[in-house]
Amino acid sequence: MLLSVENLGVRIGKVEPLSSLSFTLDRGEILGLVGESGSGKSLTAMAVTGLLPLIGGRIAEGAVMFDGTDLSKLPEDRLRPYRGKRIALVTQNPMTALDPVQRIGDQVDIMARLHLGLDAKAARARTVELLTRLRIPEAVTVCDAYPHQLSGGMKQRIVIAMALAAEPDLIVADEPTTALDVTVQAQIIHILGELVRERGLALMLITHDMGVVAQVCDKVAVLYAGRLAETRAVGPLFASPHHPYTTALIDCIPREGMARGSLTGIPGLVPSVMSYPSGCRFHPRCPRADATCERTIPETRTLPDGGIVSCHHPLGGDHG
Amino acid sequence: MADPLIRAEALVKRFQTGGGLLARPRAMLAVRGVSMAIGKGEVVGVVGESGCGKSTLARLILRLIEPTSGTIHFDGQDLTKLSRGDMRRMRRRMAMVFQDPYSSLDPRFTVAEVLAEPFRVQGEEPPAGRIAELLGQVGLSERLSASYPHQMSGGQRQRIGIARALAQAPDFIVLDEPTASLDVSIQAQIIALLSELRRELGLTYLFISHDLGLVRYFCDRVVVMYLGAVVEVLPKADAPARHPYTAALMDSTFAPDPGQRKTLRAIEGEIPSAFDLPKGCAFAARCPRASDRCRAENPELSATDHPVACFHPL
Amino acid sequence: MSLKGTLNSIGRALRTPKGAISGAWLALVVLGAIFAPVLTPYDYDIQDLPNAFAAPSFAHWLGTDEFGRDLLTRVLYGARTSLSVSVLSISVSVFTGMVLGAAAGYFGGAFDRAVTIFVDLTWSFPEILIALILVAIIGPGITGTMVAIAVAYLAQFTRLTRAQIMAIRSETYIEAAKSLGARDSFILLRHLLPNSLAPVLVAGMLATGDAIILEATLGFFGLGAQPPTPSWGSMMSSGSALLFKAPWIIVFPGLAVAITVVAINLFGDALIRALDIKTRLREA
Repeated sequence: MLLSVENLGVRIGKVEPLSSLSFTLDRGEILGLVGESGSGKSLTAMAVTGLLPLIGGRIAEGAVMFDGTDLSKLPEDRLRPYRGKRIALVTQNPMTALDPVQRIGDQVDIMARLHLGLDAKAARARTVELLTRLRIPEAVTVCDAYPHQLSGGMKQRIVIAMALAAEPDLIVADEPTTALDVTVQAQIIHILGELVRERGLALMLITHDMGVVAQVCDKVAVLYAGRLAETRAVGPLFASPHHPYTTALIDCIPREGMARGSLTGIPGLVPSVMSYPSGCRFHPRCPRADATCERTIPETRTLPDGGIVSCHHPLGGDHG
Repeated sequence: MADPLIRAEALVKRFQTGGGLLARPRAMLAVRGVSMAIGKGEVVGVVGESGCGKSTLARLILRLIEPTSGTIHFDGQDLTKLSRGDMRRMRRRMAMVFQDPYSSLDPRFTVAEVLAEPFRVQGEEPPAGRIAELLGQVGLSERLSASYPHQMSGGQRQRIGIARALAQAPDFIVLDEPTASLDVSIQAQIIALLSELRRELGLTYLFISHDLGLVRYFCDRVVVMYLGAVVEVLPKADAPARHPYTAALMDSTFAPDPGQRKTLRAIEGEIPSAFDLPKGCAFAARCPRASDRCRAENPELSATDHPVACFHPL
Repeated sequence: MSLKGTLNSIGRALRTPKGAISGAWLALVVLGAIFAPVLTPYDYDIQDLPNAFAAPSFAHWLGTDEFGRDLLTRVLYGARTSLSVSVLSISVSVFTGMVLGAAAGYFGGAFDRAVTIFVDLTWSFPEILIALILVAIIGPGITGTMVAIAVAYLAQFTRLTRAQIMAIRSETYIEAAKSLGARDSFILLRHLLPNSLAPVLVAGMLATGDAIILEATLGFFGLGAQPPTPSWGSMMSSGSALLFKAPWIIVFPGLAVAITVVAINLFGDALIRALDIKTRLREA
């Protein structure tokens, strides 16, 4: 297993916005990390990439096992070789991820020169090859362009190229297509999928869109208010979701031929870190909640298909 | 349509931008001759990607910006010919809900002040109980009326934006991507609320969105725009696509079902700049079906039950 | 910014150490200026030549000047001149600047271009030069000083208001008001001006400090308030020739100017923090 997050808990000051989170991800796999805003998706990404100190947070418990090493125990100077080199991050906003006064080619080259020790010429050759692979037309010309001369979709491809340039094992992509047009989003999602299969990368894809998850992911971890609701392979998850929150999220996406009025959303709001409810944190919004859910935190249960669900009254019948 | 509530004809909007010491001003055709009619009680969706002119079209129809040419009739009256005073009175009958629930509310206004504004701009005060009634209609508690926008969530703020649009009991509301800045769970709540309000109040909606899946769920008819022009009108929300661009949009909408994974049809590249439009069909450069004719001539929207602007429709 | 909001912000500013200390000094100066006739047994303009050049003592806390007039009395009466001239002229300047800037920012076009040219022109000269030219035209005295200060700072407030209005003009709530049928005057008075007020008021507050210096400078050159009316600048001017004989004559008015200006700047800083909506939200 390339990445194995075990019982992860994150603290920022006095609050614990993320707790007892576990999931695994192997090479050649895409894991979708889903949930509403405030569910802890981006915090998970920061924990895995070791960027929590930037926002004054730290890993309070659990482990982030990456290729046999527990990253949560490493000091900053021993963590640095992982970041960028073996674990790359693609952020949501390509507009701010690129340096506006540097040429595109130079920004991508530097990754290979820094992490792979290539000379300028070899690095540029690799850059052109990468951009071409990402279906950027006239890659040689694009290398001489500045970010403002490119469209949003092009810029996001450049950011992905920068992430790929160091030949990482794991890419963490935080809502990489949210800011893009739909046809461009579809292209980028497909390219990411192809790259994972072809290069044996592992991709952790953070998104709030169950449609994107269904389209491209192999497995899914559903987060709610800083806890794991359910994690399973994508097929079974959509065929018979066990956690009521998973069902509710899936039902938020309009489908072909859906009857008018069947899209109702999830009542209420994701609670803030300051006011997490007792027991199961989803209980105030859950149609199946009862007194037990208010009082007791549900235990995580392993399902016959290897998935994990954390609910007192799961759907699907055969267990509980 | 015998007697449409809205009839827009040959709307054109040209924007002049730039121009200065070093640059010559450039003209951009944001809307290139769009005609459409919206019947009373109908929900018409306008779908397209950034730069397709859908937001400009919405503002033209409400006469928030003046068209370069073309006319808009609202309930038989030509809006472009109304005086300022008549237009202001006419605004009681039409309203708009905006995309960004953060910048669409004045940060210094309480909820009660936001909801009183539609009356105050007309030189009136809101009738007693109206603000509480409006809050009730959008599913919010009356207690919120003393709150400020920054004390509320995005979903609550968007409900306030909807309540403001309802204040003067309009006939027609333009919904400009009302859910695009919200979480999917909240998006579904807002869509459900809008459906309910339409049913209860007999409203007519023009729904602007980039999300074809959502538009097809919510609307009776769907207008597809690409680079300032209408390329197809789906007469029913579930009608099959005839224009290759509509088909590409459908392909780019992912259903929440891993059994329905899509293999992308060969639509590549991105939307060209509206500053230098190609001579022929604007979509030709990205279109898998494009022929020499498409690159030379611009196809007109056909005058059929299922209008499409394409030489080689599906 | 509503009146209540402004008062709340001032209250918050006063609760910070910086705001409390500077606010206390400003209150002292203002109260001293108002109650000067009650606070001191001396008159500011009656000469007492036998007591000329008296060093600070129990009878004359700050000493006396070359005509034997009590210096504390003159500093207090001088505060009346300095404060009223600078506050009044800056108020006129802020008000005029807001009207010009708002009109230019909202309506644009030829008026905006004319205002911008005026602003750019006045900004290419130092304030003191503009003030000197205007006093030369109008003639020395309190009126001339006030007009000079008001015009010298006008460009600053015009430009600031214009920039604020242009930024807020593109907010969606302005478009929303238009979609409801709001007139231009409604949008300007209900949305644009209230939302651009806070930074302009803080700038006005800080400029008042500069205006005190400018008033003192004009007074020092003999162009401000004319004798026997005391002003801090003219007092320093007469003291400058006697620097080694009776240093207190120049030192105390100078200190009054310096401490008051520093206090105004510190209070302005505290107010900026108190007005900052984002900071308030973070703390909440």
